[in-house]
Amino acid sequence: MIFAAASLADAFDEIGAAFSAQHSGVEVILNYGASSTLAAQIGEGSPADVFASANERQMGVAQAAGRVTGDAPIFATNHLVVITPIGNPAGVQSLADLARPGVHVLLAAPGVPVRDFAEAVFDRAAADSSFGSDYKQRVLANLVSEEQNVRHVTAKIALGEADAGVVYVTDVSSSVSGRLAVVEIPPQFNITAHFPIGMISDSKQPALARGFVDFVLGPEGQRILAQWGFSPPPGG
Amino acid sequence: MLLVLPPLVLLLLMVIPPAALALRAAAAPIAALELLNRPLLMAVALSLTTTAISTVIILVLGTPLAFILARYRFPLHDFINLIVELPIVLPPVVAGLGLLMAFGRSSPIGALLQQVGLGLPFTTVAVVMAQVFVAAPFYVRTAQVRFAAIPNELDEAAAISGGGQWDFFWYVAIPVSRSAMLAGLVLSWARALGEFGATLMFAGNLPGRTQTMPLLVYGAFERDVNLALWTGLVLVAIALCALAVGRLLAKGSSLPTAPLP
Repeated sequence: MIFAAASLADAFDEIGAAFSAQHSGVEVILNYGASSTLAAQIGEGSPADVFASANERQMGVAQAAGRVTGDAPIFATNHLVVITPIGNPAGVQSLADLARPGVHVLLAAPGVPVRDFAEAVFDRAAADSSFGSDYKQRVLANLVSEEQNVRHVTAKIALGEADAGVVYVTDVSSSVSGRLAVVEIPPQFNITAHFPIGMISDSKQPALARGFVDFVLGPEGQRILAQWGFSPPPGG
Repeated sequence: MLLVLPPLVLLLLMVIPPAALALRAAAAPIAALELLNRPLLMAVALSLTTTAISTVIILVLGTPLAFILARYRFPLHDFINLIVELPIVLPPVVAGLGLLMAFGRSSPIGALLQQVGLGLPFTTVAVVMAQVFVAAPFYVRTAQVRFAAIPNELDEAAAISGGGQWDFFWYVAIPVSRSAMLAGLVLSWARALGEFGATLMFAGNLPGRTQTMPLLVYGAFERDVNLALWTGLVLVAIALCALAVGRLLAKGSSLPTAPLP
């Protein structure tokens, strides 16, 4: 049973199938959700073997609960983009446009890693004089909903229900990509999201769990992750 | 023994979760001031106002519907009955998805509304719509059964004394059905209060605008389990109070206005 961040869904579906094929058809059950939801569930004792989080903070929650005791290496990195529905109804051309009055902005709920990263981007922009120091407050004033995980943001933007959202660049390569337009975030404001993976210490199948972690870190797992747009871990 | 054990198992299943909620919350007390923090207060206020509005809408629109379904036969009668019952068995998430497809910005209706500046998704109006959709059947069903039980003689008597169908509806059917209507309303209101899936799908989740108490419980669970526990406990308390008040009212009004079986 693999608990993985929602943003990993496409890549981990493929990794799970490849791992299963390599281990004589062992059943890989994948449970996706916001890393914060998964970490809370792991903390409450959900049976799991591996946790792949979208940030180190939520891995820390699982570690603080005593469920992840070994090391939790970074297996991939990611960065953020602004997405709009394909016609871009609000004419969002840049990060600054998110703060324009009347733009309906969608973000993940507080605590979900992508929300923390998005706020870090807003903080960096607010420190730049061309955005204005109240930039972050103005963006948050445009917020119409706090979604449960990053894929809900992507799905509702793809449906055209809101004007713009902040997601990982890898979310755009998911099945909804044909209905999304991407506005790049300038590198000086963007962040690098580090995705850690750890074995649950009371896993009932520690050998398989260890094998899965190694598989993700190994060449085959890394190849699949790269195919879905993830960047390799620093130094990797 | 066979008559005691099964009910006991069921009762335990129903009693233990709320009790565990209370015990866990009591073991992790949060300061009274913290309990009155803004997300919780906003969620309580939003839940109470939206469910009050939903209940009034259900009463006003649902009573004539229940009356017509109970007292008349017409083409598609059974089909309409089925439609009215559908939200009871439909998973709320599906209801929310349907509402989003029907009234979302990319739908024809939604696009039209958008043009006149009435975007529905992510608004408090959407919360009320979701609640009415999922909760109305409970009232309509209860009222319909009661209206159907009114003896035809009363209908005829009303007609003889010169009253039309409206007079029968207004002066006979509603007064004799008050307690059943009230019981149905309490059911609907309780269902609206607990509404989660359709709201999350269609109305989204924003404190003060669309984040009702069930959404706060879900959202708080991953950030602050204590807040989730206490919000849940407040929900249990509100629900218990409402049920008790509903029963009292139903009892009180059934004495003078229930001359019929």
